[in-house]
Amino acid sequence: MKEARAAVPFWKDERKLGMLFQALLLLTVVLVLLFLSYTAYRGMRSRGLEFSFAFLFEESGFLISEGVTLANDGGHWLFRAFQPSDANWQVLLAGFINTLRVSVTGIVLTTILGVLVGVGRLSSNWLVNRLSFAYVEFVRNTPLLVQMIFWYLAVFNKLPPLRQASEWYGFILSNKGMAVPWIATTPAWSQFGPYFYWGLYLWLGLWLIRPLWRPPRWLYWAAPLGVWAVGLALVRQLPVTVSTPVKKGFRVEGGALLSPEFSAVLLALTIYTASYIAEIVRGAIQSLPKGQWEAASSLGLSYGQTLRLIILPQALRIIVPPLGNQYLNLTKNSSLAIAVGFPELFNVYGTLANQTGRSLEGILIVMAVYLSISLSISAFINWYNTRVALVGVAR
Amino acid sequence: MKKLLVLLALLSLGALGFAQQSRLDVVKQRGKLICGVNGGAPGFGYINEKTGTYEGFDVDFCKAVAAAIFDDPSKVEYVALTAKVRFNAIQTGKVDVVFRNTTITTSRDGSVGVDFLPVNFYDGQGVMVRKDLGVNSVFDLKGATVCTNQGTTTEKNWTDLDRAHKLGTKLITFEDFSRSFDGLLSGRCDAITTDKSGLVGWKAKAPNPDDLVILPETLSKEPLAGFTFQNDSKWRDALTWIVYATFQAEEFGITQDNLDEMMKSDNPGIRRFLGLEGTLGDGLGLSNDFAARVIKHVGNYGEIYDRHLGPNSPFYIPREGSLNAAYTDGGLIYSPPFR
Repeated sequence: MKEARAAVPFWKDERKLGMLFQALLLLTVVLVLLFLSYTAYRGMRSRGLEFSFAFLFEESGFLISEGVTLANDGGHWLFRAFQPSDANWQVLLAGFINTLRVSVTGIVLTTILGVLVGVGRLSSNWLVNRLSFAYVEFVRNTPLLVQMIFWYLAVFNKLPPLRQASEWYGFILSNKGMAVPWIATTPAWSQFGPYFYWGLYLWLGLWLIRPLWRPPRWLYWAAPLGVWAVGLALVRQLPVTVSTPVKKGFRVEGGALLSPEFSAVLLALTIYTASYIAEIVRGAIQSLPKGQWEAASSLGLSYGQTLRLIILPQALRIIVPPLGNQYLNLTKNSSLAIAVGFPELFNVYGTLANQTGRSLEGILIVMAVYLSISLSISAFINWYNTRVALVGVAR
Repeated sequence: MKKLLVLLALLSLGALGFAQQSRLDVVKQRGKLICGVNGGAPGFGYINEKTGTYEGFDVDFCKAVAAAIFDDPSKVEYVALTAKVRFNAIQTGKVDVVFRNTTITTSRDGSVGVDFLPVNFYDGQGVMVRKDLGVNSVFDLKGATVCTNQGTTTEKNWTDLDRAHKLGTKLITFEDFSRSFDGLLSGRCDAITTDKSGLVGWKAKAPNPDDLVILPETLSKEPLAGFTFQNDSKWRDALTWIVYATFQAEEFGITQDNLDEMMKSDNPGIRRFLGLEGTLGDGLGLSNDFAARVIKHVGNYGEIYDRHLGPNSPFYIPREGSLNAAYTDGGLIYSPPFR
């Protein structure tokens, strides 16, 4: 019997065959990749181009409309507005930060809007129900690019010109964007700054020593606030103030400005993605057994209480994985912002590739960056998913 | 690992097998020219709304190349390229040649890896604003929002001006210049900047052209030229002399109308140029009468200019006294001798 087993030829041994096929597949993939990179290399060489990332450290020499980057000013690395004298890697970083800015804000806003509309879809109030339905069906069935251009051209570009824009408690809404009052530092900040950071470090330190000693809860607030109070008492001047925007020539000075490009991208991404999230939320709520609602109402809970205490916590487990997909979509869709001139990563890459001729190198960087953003979001969602999952069930 | 190395060696051997063929032969075999143009530059490369065909100054140079190679200016497949992708289109070999109001610069010739043809239009960067802003000079634009299209020399020129004069402007770049133009009309952009020839074209397309004003300053030198692959001399030589043929024809005074008479000329220079004597065309890998074909179908440089940018066109750009006049009239349009 043993001898007979050993005599099975390998082409009849399922296990060995399986391994053989896997090896063949792997070999094919590797060969295809090699062939593609070799073709690219040969093509570039025949046209006299070389593959190099040295361009990243050359001066960029072009303006972008908005964006902050990491820069070494007078020996200190800090975040400040991008300048054309900065290097090419710094302009890519500014684009990356703009991508993050619009994606993170978008994810927060779209989650809130999506959950509200999703719950609204199940509302017994006829108007709310129908409005939510119309919203979802209308937004989900038109292309995102069209919506983005609509918001930009038909809404934000149609606002009054700055000269005619009215001021309203420090808010100025014009076709140059929405200017809002914002916190600004005063000269006294240079003295107060160290206290501010020490307060933050103390707070961080309290978190870090938690495994050894668990401080009382009030200390988390009291420690940094105490340091800041001491700082204030010593400096005796206000380190921050509220800066109100003022019209000045062609632009608004002071305050913070939400540009029409940023607003159009943010609004389009939020509204579009929320329509998908609404459907996910609706599906998750409807998948819960009807008995949950009936049990809650027989306990005397109101509609709102039922939703908040019984339904949404259970629906959350079903929502989380598909919600992660929508977050990824929102982030990747932010690359459409090039259509309205918002300088996010892909837009900046376009200018950079054209000014330096480094399209292949640039697109490899851009793809790597999008991939790492997406993988980080997935990792976070997976971690959250294991936290909310029912122990022993949803793993 | 050994197997891999062997395979790699085989692959590279196979690669050597594809002998580098000149694009000129590829085009001849294909039977048509694939030419990159601008789909939305009034006067230079645009789609005529009535006929639905590509027209313009640059488009005529595509036709001239097709006329020289095939004796038929219609054997062209046009590919509309944005400013951003025009160099990729050549780098990847998607098009044979690009005539798309492109400025010659050192870095484009060097690191971008394209080779330029003779300059066929001398331009300069200008700025256009709405009249109601009351702006008379680019230096009045402190703090303004300026819009242009992505991947052009205008981005860097404006940045240089902004840095040199500390204007503190905000530069928004769009993939498509029509969006900048919309921005100017709606007020999102205080000013738009591109080549002056382009501004003239856009101004003519505005609902009320008189509401717009082109500022007097010229910010830069913008010599516009066609371009093609690096490292393909045969193809580039052919293209270069086809462009020169349009200049030389004007110098000789040969036009579409008088071509038949000129064919009977005794002047040896003209006879050589038109391919009646000598082997000028053969040496370039073209037919001997390529210049005559170009004139027959497209005309000389002056005729091309007048057709699209002359006083009777909607996009009138005066030629007299400008750099685009023939060198005999004090301009820069000059062809080396056909000899």
